[in-house]
Amino acid sequence: MPNSSTEAPSTGWVGRKLASVSVLPALIALLVAVVLYSITIGRYDLSVRDVAYILIDNLHPLVTPYWDPVQEVVVEQVRLPRIMAAVIVGFGLAVSGAALQGLFRNPLVDPGIIGVTSGAGFGGTLAILIGLQGYLLLGMAFLFGVGSVFLVKLLATVRGRTSMLTLVLAGVVISAFFSAAISIAKLLADPFQKLPAITYWLMGSIASSNYLDVLLVSAAVVPSAVAIYLLRFQINIMSLGEEKARALGTKVVLVQWIILLASALISAGVVATSGIIGWVGLVIPHVARALVGADHQRLLPVSGVMGAIYLLMVDNLARTVTTAEIPLGIITALIGVPVFAVILRRLHAKGGWSSD
Amino acid sequence: MIEASDLTVERGGKTILRNYSLRLARGRTLAVLGANGVGKTTLINTLIGLIKPRSGLLSIGGQVGFVPQLFEVPFAYSALDIALMGRARHLGLFGAPGKRDYEIVRHYFHMLGIEHFEPQVFNSLSGGQRQLVMIAQALASECELLVLDEPCAALDYKNQDKVLGLLEHLRETHDMTIVFSTHMPQHAVEIASDVLLMTSGNSYVCGPTADALSAENLSALYDLPIARADFDGLSKHTYAPVFRHDGANFDG
Repeated sequence: MPNSSTEAPSTGWVGRKLASVSVLPALIALLVAVVLYSITIGRYDLSVRDVAYILIDNLHPLVTPYWDPVQEVVVEQVRLPRIMAAVIVGFGLAVSGAALQGLFRNPLVDPGIIGVTSGAGFGGTLAILIGLQGYLLLGMAFLFGVGSVFLVKLLATVRGRTSMLTLVLAGVVISAFFSAAISIAKLLADPFQKLPAITYWLMGSIASSNYLDVLLVSAAVVPSAVAIYLLRFQINIMSLGEEKARALGTKVVLVQWIILLASALISAGVVATSGIIGWVGLVIPHVARALVGADHQRLLPVSGVMGAIYLLMVDNLARTVTTAEIPLGIITALIGVPVFAVILRRLHAKGGWSSD
Repeated sequence: MIEASDLTVERGGKTILRNYSLRLARGRTLAVLGANGVGKTTLINTLIGLIKPRSGLLSIGGQVGFVPQLFEVPFAYSALDIALMGRARHLGLFGAPGKRDYEIVRHYFHMLGIEHFEPQVFNSLSGGQRQLVMIAQALASECELLVLDEPCAALDYKNQDKVLGLLEHLRETHDMTIVFSTHMPQHAVEIASDVLLMTSGNSYVCGPTADALSAENLSALYDLPIARADFDGLSKHTYAPVFRHDGANFDG
């Protein structure tokens, strides 16, 4: 008799269809609700009804505008782009975290741990230092993000095989290197203009996001997330280990590179628009896995939407708790670290993770 | 099904196998025996294509399915998820299993009598149960050659019997060709038509079980006296070690 503790959530073709129709739409509905609510909160009070009318008015005027033009500006120019940025950043980080955890068969991995984030961070810092912005900054962040992936893979691969433990260690080494490089860049930066810009940007903030930023981060996140989702079944297989995957007929190297490059692009997009925001990609996939199981077909979209909801709520905290903005990266770390500690303990207790 | 001639295989710059030649016809079962570290796993990895031989010819006349030694996964996949992964070869890079793939996997679950494992977390299953799920995974890949790395290691007698019976059934009714490694000569006696005794990286005995599997060859293989033992009242036999108890070696 299968008991509930050993049963994976929703199996069977019909069961799966059911799970994917119930959990995901519920989360999407929740996301929409949180988005609407997020637009109402802040120093300028609005009701959900006002927000709905203001937004719908863009598509099709339902009622004659009764609101103050200031309200429209607050909704459409100040809050909406920022909220969209939070949604896309959270979505991207969670999807890439879930994909990397599957790929490296290691539940304690995220873009930060394998060195992509700090590589992209250095790229962005360098871009600010030499006065680049927008897509050029994104390009630099991507270049260094990918570069750090190359370096990490190179360090961790011995005779054509990549051990997952060495990969994480190599990630730590490369992260340390780029952190040092960031410090050097700060040291060289003009202390009155560029240094504060770099410092604040690195702490992670989407406070000043406009639609161009949203477009930029979408350009990085959307195609990458699509590529990752298309590989959903291959990620399942990769999580059995490289040798097993090869024996099952998977194009291991190709899949690894697509996932790594897609993750690097997501990280670069996120870093370019909002600085370094850690822990989302590590923590969210665990919660999602508890909800829908390990199969990446369901895990990836559910992780993404949960990441979006999570980061949006974190950003709401960041902009409303105090009169000053709290950098996002600080809040995600404050929440993420204890959650990570709990996950680590639970994994350890269950013996659920054996490294190779 | 398998034709290998003069295979030389290296691993990490060290030659593990030198000039191995073996043939196995379709519908036969080969048991691979040898001491720890002699290269059984290397040979198996070569057969399933994970390692390219340094020299020699190897041709396999069909799709290969592989069942690794006692298997664990880092995430809580269900047994069904795990078996579905066997469909990888039929799905392409961007594909995901559809209705037909579920039907094929269900078919094999039914055949192995493990339908009730479907929703259970793979890692929560016992060793024998996991072994059956992995066999279902290999079968779902619609392979013609089934390669198993110590399928009976870490299994109790009843589960060993079940796995051996299953392998025999697959060969008889599904015309499957089977290669498995084992540490127990009895497994070979029971179900293997052929045996490969790997004495070292460059010497081996290969042939039909009746000829090649003898007390003499096994004694040489394990560097320990091995005797044939007949079961009382049954027309069955096995080979068992005659342990020497020379503990005198330990205190210097």
